[in-house]
Amino acid sequence: MLIKRPPDVLPSEITPESVYRRRRDFLRTAAVAGAGLLLPGLLSAPARAAKIEGVAPGPFGTDEEPTPYDAVTGYNNFYEFGTGKSDPAANAHSLRTRPWSVAVEGEVAKPGVYDIEDILKWFPLEERIYRLRCVEAWSMVIPWVGFPLAFLVKRVEPTSRAKFIQFVTLHDPEQMPGQKRPVLQWPYVEGLRMDEALHPLALLAVGLYGETLPNQNGAPIRLVVPWKYGFKSIKSIVGLRFVEGQPETSWNRAAAGEYGFYANVNPAVDHPRWSQARERRIGEFLKRDTLPFNGYAEQVAGLYGGMDLGKNF
Amino acid sequence: MKPNPTPTRRVPPRWLKPAVFALCLLPLALLAWRAVSGGLGANPIEAFIRHNGDWALRLLLLTLAVTPLRRLTGWTWPLRVRRMIGLFAFFYATLHLLGYVGLDQFFDWPAIGADILKRPYITIGMSAFALLVPLAATSTDAMLRRLGGRRWQRLHRLAYLAAGAGVLHFLWLVKADLREPLLYAAILLLLLGFRLVRFLRRVHGARHPA
Repeated sequence: MLIKRPPDVLPSEITPESVYRRRRDFLRTAAVAGAGLLLPGLLSAPARAAKIEGVAPGPFGTDEEPTPYDAVTGYNNFYEFGTGKSDPAANAHSLRTRPWSVAVEGEVAKPGVYDIEDILKWFPLEERIYRLRCVEAWSMVIPWVGFPLAFLVKRVEPTSRAKFIQFVTLHDPEQMPGQKRPVLQWPYVEGLRMDEALHPLALLAVGLYGETLPNQNGAPIRLVVPWKYGFKSIKSIVGLRFVEGQPETSWNRAAAGEYGFYANVNPAVDHPRWSQARERRIGEFLKRDTLPFNGYAEQVAGLYGGMDLGKNF
Repeated sequence: MKPNPTPTRRVPPRWLKPAVFALCLLPLALLAWRAVSGGLGANPIEAFIRHNGDWALRLLLLTLAVTPLRRLTGWTWPLRVRRMIGLFAFFYATLHLLGYVGLDQFFDWPAIGADILKRPYITIGMSAFALLVPLAATSTDAMLRRLGGRRWQRLHRLAYLAAGAGVLHFLWLVKADLREPLLYAAILLLLLGFRLVRFLRRVHGARHPA
């Protein structure tokens, strides 16, 4: 006789996600309202962005526990909105992400100014759970939503002269109040070598946690290069320039001895002011060892064959 | 001959010391409140270290403001609480250091040693703390008597050096936005400049007696 053990959890017992979320929202609202009575105006419920439909899981995902949403969206370096870690979440509401266009210039067959809505229609979106390692020796695990940078690069058809891409962020001190002070030279610029840009790990992200990218995380479209330090992953992109020579990058311009063009995560090469050997995963107490190329060495180490990464840091 | 009776001084109110003590504890209370309310953010260890470092430096600068304040206003009551403020500065500096050693590095002594040798801002920060230790250790009346007023005073001028090292420590660790450490540097230069001007005037006055 076949003894069938019933499953531990019957499908009928599973709370539908929408109900579960409503419950959480209710609890959050209740808690905040309660606190709000004591501290009017000090606390507000984090506004969640719109859900992105039709996102398929992509390759290269890690099964590590993602960093909580509130930390990913509340602890940011985005100097255009202030130099404190909580400044971007507090100030980025002034950024208008629609209408938004991305200018493609330089050594390409199809230069142009492309509307973000069009770009979003060109490629299917996928979810990629990547590790992020900040040059300040902290790290996160973030479920991004986006598409490979290579898709966009190939679509605009770079010429044989295009060896690098320079990325440019919006420059508008009215929308980005941090730009009213010359903390860095604005607009923020970054760059990749063409083979890095074409690597399947390099992602253009438009969302995280299945939802539209919050402004403080680089809305509406940002770069994610998970084997490099976070400052390389430029936010709120308005321009891609395809160029022959290695382009200028913001942090390299500000302090060349501390921030190289390549910025590959490398535990063996210290930042002058702190060791890169270890890192603190946000939410954890003890530090963990930093992995070469942030754990993506198997995929990307080949890009740097024959290069002295102590010099090309 | 009988010594002159000490001139009648205005006695500071009895609540002065308890009030300053409570004020100096406020940053600690604020830290505790932030810790339980989630106000330390996603990286509470960094926030803990930063908070205590900020207050160590602010209180240290406050102790250096006492003498200029007395000269300018004639108030004597700040003198009565200077030692307490200085000890609180040492208290927050200790929490700051413990945060780095225990929470940030988790007592990884080789890593801490390498940090001290390799990174100027850690080296200078450690020096600032080391300079504060003899000041805290000789803060009692008994130590003042044992050392004698002049020697004690000379020793406690190390506070100038400690504050300078503290400001430099802050300046060197900031990546790009230097406003806050530069503000502290300006305050320190003002407070030390006041002393320098007085010193030069005294030397000048001694050479050319009026």
